Amino acid sequence: MEFMIDTFGLYFGTFLVILAQCLLVVVLILVALAFLMYGDRKIWAAVQMRKGPNQVGAFGLLQSFADFIKYIAKEVIVPSGADKIVFFLAPMITFIMAVVVWAVIPFNEGWVVSNINVGILYIFAISSFEVYGVIMGGWASNSKYAFLGALRSAAQMISYEVSIGLIIVGVLISTGSLNLTDIVRAQDGNYGLLSWYWLPHFPMVWLFFVSALAETNRPPFDLPEAESELVAGYQVEYSSTPFLLYMIGELMALVFMTAMMTILFFGGWLSPIPGLPDGILWFVGKMLVFFFLFSMVKALVPRFRYDQLMRLGWKVFLPLSLGWVVLVAAFAQYGVPGYARWAVGG
Amino acid sequence: MVIATLSFYLFAFTAVASAIFVVVSRNPVHSVLWLILTFFSAAALFVLLGAEFIAMLMLIVYVGAVAVLFLFVVMMLDVDFAELRGSVSGYLPLGLAIGLILLMELGIVFGNWIFAENAPALRAAIAPAPEDTHNTVALGQLIYTDYVFMFQTAGLILFVAMIGAIVLTMRHRPNVKRQSIVEQIYRDPKDAYEMVDVKPGQGI
Repeated sequence: MEFMIDTFGLYFGTFLVILAQCLLVVVLILVALAFLMYGDRKIWAAVQMRKGPNQVGAFGLLQSFADFIKYIAKEVIVPSGADKIVFFLAPMITFIMAVVVWAVIPFNEGWVVSNINVGILYIFAISSFEVYGVIMGGWASNSKYAFLGALRSAAQMISYEVSIGLIIVGVLISTGSLNLTDIVRAQDGNYGLLSWYWLPHFPMVWLFFVSALAETNRPPFDLPEAESELVAGYQVEYSSTPFLLYMIGELMALVFMTAMMTILFFGGWLSPIPGLPDGILWFVGKMLVFFFLFSMVKALVPRFRYDQLMRLGWKVFLPLSLGWVVLVAAFAQYGVPGYARWAVGG
Repeated sequence: MVIATLSFYLFAFTAVASAIFVVVSRNPVHSVLWLILTFFSAAALFVLLGAEFIAMLMLIVYVGAVAVLFLFVVMMLDVDFAELRGSVSGYLPLGLAIGLILLMELGIVFGNWIFAENAPALRAAIAPAPEDTHNTVALGQLIYTDYVFMFQTAGLILFVAMIGAIVLTMRHRPNVKRQSIVEQIYRDPKDAYEMVDVKPGQGI
């Protein structure tokens, strides 16, 4: 940082440093995504006793890169009567919003592009933009299937955003800060694994996991893409690179949810065993565990019906998480151990 | 400071320009999309002011909830664009007149605007110093501690309004077939189907 400012001046030097940080994060995540996609397919294949991708590169490791080239080499088809600008804007919004949200994720102590005080709110703000990628794509395609898929998907994302928000509020009450780094620091204790938030906030871990599946339109809540009724939901009319952007955006949102799980309930970069050093390896390891769980759910659980999904969101998850917020507030106020971390100096 | 000034003009210009496009654009869906850009620029201006909490809340509430609702409604409308295009010029004089009246009223109000002598002192007394706390804490202090009764009353009024809207519009229609979710969940496979061993050539 100092060196860059000395060499290039205050403004340009700072700009270069920030640019380099952003590029590093984006490139690393995109490369990681390629292998996560491969891992997802391998896990799914293993559950169904298939081999999965095994042709491109050793053990099929380069399959995602081959797919990437395949996608961008295909022809872009714009449906007749489509709103061209909105049609191409929609996948871009999905992709860009999935990328920029990583700016506030602390990968390690101090390893964060932008350590802002309202980190959680920033995440909410960005995820409210992600809905538009879906709605705009469905509307601009000028197709009944795409439009119905978009309506379903948007309603689903908005519904589960509410319960995710309330679940996070519980964690915030315990921490007393909206800063993600502070949330992880508040979970630093003498008991390693046992001082993380999953223990005091135990029921909400499950709710968050299920809500994350619904929020990212993953199976068993992949109703917008219900092949049997809606072909592929809001993405029906997309081909080539725009489709690729949608796909990467969705997967990236899922990986982001694993990072959120890690930070909110499982102590971020903190080591689970008291003696061992903390570090980014723990962070990545925890994310991989959750990604594995997400993949297993995709492979094992049958799809929900749409009215059941909405009922679950509004009539089960919302009252539960709202009640939990009240309960946590009371626990924190009356000093039940483990709930008011701001009181002990988190 | 140069960067702050530059970004202020960038976002201010974007906000005004996209607000104009909200009015001008023919397609109502495009109007809503421009409106979202306006909200976004306004939020960016709040960030430049150092009010990051308000900025994020602006995005969450207006972009995440209000504009989505708008977009849902507008997309479902079956609008004939050709007809719409013809009728715009008819509304132009009326719209201009309303705008002019509004502008004059604003002018009169702000022309006579006088601050009370002790207003700055009063304001300074209730608001925590911006250097001490960041603005999430400051807002929380004001809303939930100093003015909690007013805040709760406002919330209650909104709540009553919501219940009122539901009461006014809800109609219980008889003779409508509805699903009983509990019944569906507690349905036993044993009651739902039976396994029959069908011999070839005999049928059931």
